[in-house]
Amino acid sequence: MPPSSPAVEVSGLVKDFGPVPSLDGKMIRVLDGVSLRADKGRVTALLGANGAGKTTTLECAQGLQKASGGTVRLLGEDPWRAGADLRSRVGIMLQEGGLPPAVRPLPLLRHIAGMYSAPRDVDDLATRLGLHSFARTTVRRLSGGQKQRLALACALVGNPEVLFLDEPSAGLDPQSRNIVFELINELRTEGLAIILTTHLLDDAQRLADYVYIIDQGQTVRQGTVAELTAHASDAARELKFEASARLPLPTARLPHLEVIECAPGQYQVSGALTPKDLAVLASWWAEEGILPSSISLTSRSLEDVFLDISGRSIR
Amino acid sequence: MSASPLTVRVLQHGKYETVAMLRNGEQLVLAIVLPMLALAAIAVTPFFDVLGVPRLGTGTPGVIALCVLSTAFTGQGIATGFDRRYGVLRFLSTTPLGRSGLILGKILAVGAVLALQLVVICTTAVLLGWEPPLTGVLPALLMLIPGIGAFTALGLLIAGTLRPEATLAVTNLAWVLLAAVGGTIIPRSTLPDAIEPIVAILPSAALGDGLRAALTSGTFDFLSFALLSGWAVVVGLAAVRWFKWS
Repeated sequence: MPPSSPAVEVSGLVKDFGPVPSLDGKMIRVLDGVSLRADKGRVTALLGANGAGKTTTLECAQGLQKASGGTVRLLGEDPWRAGADLRSRVGIMLQEGGLPPAVRPLPLLRHIAGMYSAPRDVDDLATRLGLHSFARTTVRRLSGGQKQRLALACALVGNPEVLFLDEPSAGLDPQSRNIVFELINELRTEGLAIILTTHLLDDAQRLADYVYIIDQGQTVRQGTVAELTAHASDAARELKFEASARLPLPTARLPHLEVIECAPGQYQVSGALTPKDLAVLASWWAEEGILPSSISLTSRSLEDVFLDISGRSIR
Repeated sequence: MSASPLTVRVLQHGKYETVAMLRNGEQLVLAIVLPMLALAAIAVTPFFDVLGVPRLGTGTPGVIALCVLSTAFTGQGIATGFDRRYGVLRFLSTTPLGRSGLILGKILAVGAVLALQLVVICTTAVLLGWEPPLTGVLPALLMLIPGIGAFTALGLLIAGTLRPEATLAVTNLAWVLLAAVGGTIIPRSTLPDAIEPIVAILPSAALGDGLRAALTSGTFDFLSFALLSGWAVVVGLAAVRWFKWS
């Protein structure tokens, strides 16, 4: 169970940027009431489309941006006024990485480790994240996934209590992704509070204990993945099948469902599907002599939840 | 789970930035090669003879002033500009180093590289026959303090407000102009009357004048010291006010 005092607590967070010259010097409100909390021993995910305000929320919580309104508490303190001791308890992986291009991975990691009085063992961490395989390459020549792993190592080397990860799986190949996800799960077990942003539903579904959906600068929905996906009726499902292209669609027979050909030969039936609807579809296939090459039925996903809320796709 | 002491963090970052500067070929050209070329030119041409003292006596303090411009202003400005572009400043400021530790580390690195430049330049000048008054060493070192401050602040102000490409262009151009007619190598008193009053208030001329006074006659040029300190404070405040970290 999470302890009573949260690692990160944000309530009614407002952030204005500007004045913006192209808008006659007006301010832009990027965050308009974001509230969330993150506890130790849990992975908390901020999910949202690009530009929804995920990174700005993180930056306010990290003390990289000053909140225009609302309150932000990081380990019980105001992050904007964070001193070295508060920063030493927090590990941050920025979206752009911010790694200096001219250095090699291990000297950089050792340099960062030197900022802490009791850092993790640099070699262990490097082995764990596979940094030795590209130890002789300067940062500017690393691949996206290699940079990402190095940035994660830098965020972890100080043994933080709170770990912020902005888009941790960006640029990772499936193998690196597994390494990183395994490590995140392990760190959760060690009791770290992990806060990550993602626009990938898979990430949230695989990693998060608790999800906040952010849309247009507001937290619009929150809950565990199970809570969020169970919220709507179980009837909400989706059926996909593949067959030859440009078939006449049986829309008249299934008036309460949406039937579309989303790509040539790829069909999608969505809505409150009932067993009867499946029989109707099957008899239509029989009458038309259609044998689908694949059929799949999926239950409601986080993406559906997100689409319901914002009417926009996050992928 | 706690931070290293401030002095450890700053010393370590100073070392890191020093190594980064010394590994950068362009910075080495700016910091060592060009001042050495200037010193050689002074030693072999009769230009400085008209000033009535041995060539190297008037010329070497100017080359030292040029070294300050190379390292504190142009070199540090360009490096900081690109660090800002790549998000390195943000990244480092999230560690216990913090913003103040980052700036202190940079100033330390400027001091360390400058010390190395001084050893190389002064040794070469002495081997070529330079005989500065030993009483001038302390006033010269004192003069370097606000000099480093003013030019580091100027470099950071430009790096923190312009795009890195613009910083590169502006600081290199300024280096060339200030080397030629900024009162560093060529004393401002010998410049044309039309530009002398303007050059007289520049930090480059104050640093050049102050170092020349110290290393030719062993005197402490208080006016230049005050002018340089004024530049350091005003530009330092401007840098604090307008520097953008990202």
